[in-house]
Amino acid sequence: MRDGAPGADHRGTLRGRRRHEWAVAYMLLVPALLLFAVFSFYPFFRNFKLMLYETPPVPGVPAHYVGLHQIIPTITSTQFTQSLVTTLVFVVLVVPISLLAGLALAVAAHRKLKGMAVYRMIFSSTVVSSVAVASVVFGTLLNPVVGLLPWLGINPSPPALESSTWALPSVAVITIWQFLGLSFIIMTAGLQSVPDELLEAARIDGAGSWTRFWRMTVPLLSPTIFFGVVVSTIYAFQAFGAVDILIGPTNTVRLHTNVLIYNIVNTLQISNNAGAAAIMATVLFLILLGLTILQMRFLERRVSYAR
Amino acid sequence: MAQVSFDAVTKRFGHTTAVDELTLDVADGELLVLLGSSGCGKTTALRLVAGLEEVTAGTVSIGERVVNEVDPKDRDVAMVFQSYALYPHLTVGKNIEFPLRQRGVSKDERMARVAKAADTLGLSELLGRKPAQLSGGQRQRVALARAIVREPTVFLMDEPLSNLDAALRVQTRADIVELQSRLRTTTLYVTHDQVEAMTMGHRIAVMSDGKLQQVATPEHLYALPANAFVAHFLGSPGMNLVEGLLVDSGAPGTLCFAFPGASVPLPTEVADAVRGSGPDVVLGLRPEALQLSPEGSISATVVIVELLGAETHVICHTETGARLIVRQVASAAKPALGEAVRIAVDPDPRSYHLFDSSTGDRLGSAA
Repeated sequence: MRDGAPGADHRGTLRGRRRHEWAVAYMLLVPALLLFAVFSFYPFFRNFKLMLYETPPVPGVPAHYVGLHQIIPTITSTQFTQSLVTTLVFVVLVVPISLLAGLALAVAAHRKLKGMAVYRMIFSSTVVSSVAVASVVFGTLLNPVVGLLPWLGINPSPPALESSTWALPSVAVITIWQFLGLSFIIMTAGLQSVPDELLEAARIDGAGSWTRFWRMTVPLLSPTIFFGVVVSTIYAFQAFGAVDILIGPTNTVRLHTNVLIYNIVNTLQISNNAGAAAIMATVLFLILLGLTILQMRFLERRVSYAR
Repeated sequence: MAQVSFDAVTKRFGHTTAVDELTLDVADGELLVLLGSSGCGKTTALRLVAGLEEVTAGTVSIGERVVNEVDPKDRDVAMVFQSYALYPHLTVGKNIEFPLRQRGVSKDERMARVAKAADTLGLSELLGRKPAQLSGGQRQRVALARAIVREPTVFLMDEPLSNLDAALRVQTRADIVELQSRLRTTTLYVTHDQVEAMTMGHRIAVMSDGKLQQVATPEHLYALPANAFVAHFLGSPGMNLVEGLLVDSGAPGTLCFAFPGASVPLPTEVADAVRGSGPDVVLGLRPEALQLSPEGSISATVVIVELLGAETHVICHTETGARLIVRQVASAAKPALGEAVRIAVDPDPRSYHLFDSSTGDRLGSAA
């Protein structure tokens, strides 16, 4: 970009130059804005419009405007409340375990040992594995005929993925495994931001390794841990692929694994009820928005240490 | 008794030798400064005493006890880090209290000792603050308070003043000396700043490339450097070092130091002490032992004149391009740039330092 050349109409003045810079900035933003507009903003606002229309369960009949009337019935329906509870249980299963496991791996890999880079790569590799592949692999491992469990002599009846008790935890395990890579990366980055000198000072001051971990590392990691909680909660709320692939719409236990997104997709595609799906999507959006704001506030207030 | 002893201590990191056969004793109650440029192994030596590094060979002892295998927390040492290493999530009071809490000191005693340490360092008003709310000088004092509160047998200080501005550094330097002389705690103090070393140390140990070069009182180091490195490292500016030859000056019993453009007669005591050495030697001359004089034995050209207020440094090049710095009082006539001058050497025998040109070791008088 050239500086405003003197004499070139309005560009000579400070204000003209600023206006020129803004114009260039917007031009550079256009491609990204266009993508966002088509794939994010339009669907986002369209969703609010869909909330106001009821689609009859009969194919071919056009949707008609009902205003806000279908909101209360939708969010008080058993199907929705059960789905919400299932999702919360799922989140409670996934978030703490994936973060603790990620922290444990990060602490294990934080030591300055030869070949640690290989372990780091292995631990973080789940980030790049696709949910479909992971689900198929886990599905195979859990398969009652050719899987790992029967090979180990564990043969639950009914099989885990068909048990009303074990289906949701099984899906949670895959989600935890999938998130572990990111959790490991987040925790590793956090650990690396804790200055070695602090831990050395604590060591000389008489703190054993357990005290150093609990009284130094964990408090200093708390911004990272909170960040991890936000990210993993959002991730868990959005779980869909594993449920879709492992449980599927015909499985008898599908009501026990009917997490929100799965419920939304089924409401739209199987029940063909775009209005109800849009309402549930909005509720999910509000939950995630609220969570993010709450945790951001908390994060700002409690856990930032300027060094 | 809490002397600290290094006995032939070597520390290697892979193929790099950070500390090479270091043998050094720090007497009980002494403030010994480890001085050297960055990467010379001084901080590693300090960390070996703290137990943050393991020795590769040799023994480190505190008091009568060999501590090679002793955990840092059981060595009864306190360390002040260059970055202060304050615990950012704890208040000043909790920071100072931390080492006591780890040692199971009762709450009442903890409170009393924290109050005393805070009072000693003028931190009483700041106990409720977090480190982020403190100035650099205040943080430094918190780090000191955290070290003294335990009443350890040894203080280890790793460049504790390097993050302070110049004025505060001078003040804190004096504070630390005063504190140490009051507490009489054996102190190992690491710095790269020779002014700090000269003003603070009871003795100074100069290190280079992991090796101990010389350990002596500041006066002794300055007057009788053991080798060319120490000679050049200490002093501001350091000693001038000129390569040349020892030659007979003709008259019986006299020697001259000769290099292109100059022949410097050596005083009889110096000549007697170094006779038989050389002929390749290095002559060391402190800037204050030189003066510009028409009768001077060295011819040179003025390249830079630095005014420092109380004194002036005249930087000259000899015919061979060797640099000589002459320290003048401010009132002396200042030469012009490019002026051809003659430099005279103070006839006092103590002004002449001769070093072996290959090993750099001092010739003649024992260091």
